[in-house]
Amino acid sequence: MELVGYGSGTSERLDATFAALADPTRRAILARLASGEASVMELAEPFAMSQPAISKHLKVLERAGLISRGRDAQRRPRQLEAVPLAEATEWLENYRQYWEASFQRLDLLLDELKLKTKEKKRIRKKQ
Amino acid sequence: MNYAGTMQLATPTEREIVVTRVFNAPRKLVFDAFTKPELLKRWMFGPGGWALDVCEVDLRVGGVYRYVWRGPNGAEMGMGGIHREVVPPERVVATQLFDQDWTGGEAVGTLVFTEQDGKTTITNTILYSSREVRDAVLKTPMDKGMAAGYDRLETLLESM
Repeated sequence: MELVGYGSGTSERLDATFAALADPTRRAILARLASGEASVMELAEPFAMSQPAISKHLKVLERAGLISRGRDAQRRPRQLEAVPLAEATEWLENYRQYWEASFQRLDLLLDELKLKTKEKKRIRKKQ
Repeated sequence: MNYAGTMQLATPTEREIVVTRVFNAPRKLVFDAFTKPELLKRWMFGPGGWALDVCEVDLRVGGVYRYVWRGPNGAEMGMGGIHREVVPPERVVATQLFDQDWTGGEAVGTLVFTEQDGKTTITNTILYSSREVRDAVLKTPMDKGMAAGYDRLETLLESM
């Protein structure tokens, strides 16, 4: 079977996306940006972290293409880039769909097997 | 009841995929459904017109198993491996390798069955040889997953 759907460029981007998402602070930053753009200072506020520490996290997110800088040159606000995140989610979702479809068939098969087991027991009791 | 949609998928380390699912049946039956060819053929083929055509399982330590799926337009996918641990109805550990070896060497699958109140939870942990391989595997059901999604959408639209 050929690998379809993503070129190697996407594969590298997914690596970067998953690595970026592995950190709780970075996930919290993304959650904050989901409700609108914010400056580095605003982003640093809820965390007990220095601005340089936050800037480091922002760099990782930026490299992964998950955030970008807004137009305001003074505030340099960061904003969420939805596409790579959606790509990563969709990717896991497809694997999930493959197994979920199989497992739903297995649910039905197990119901059938349970009935057969009951039937066997019933017959055994009669004999 | 059944547990459609309750599957959990996780990537706890960079080389692993873990799938967890609850089934409303005793462990013995679920174990059989995962290890007996005539039963496996009836469910393990994902969405989108694929079928598990070849299914041979020698359920012993050192025993070989082999699956071949056939799909639309003559597509074919084969895989197999060797059982390392077999503890019915609790646990099966086996190597797995696809014919095309696009996974860069074999992976190891650990399938654990636990029963509580007549319900069985399966935990399927697959350890790949590298992170790149794990990521490649996550990509593959892409087209089929999409197709199944569209099929469902089509059915839904027809019923509206």
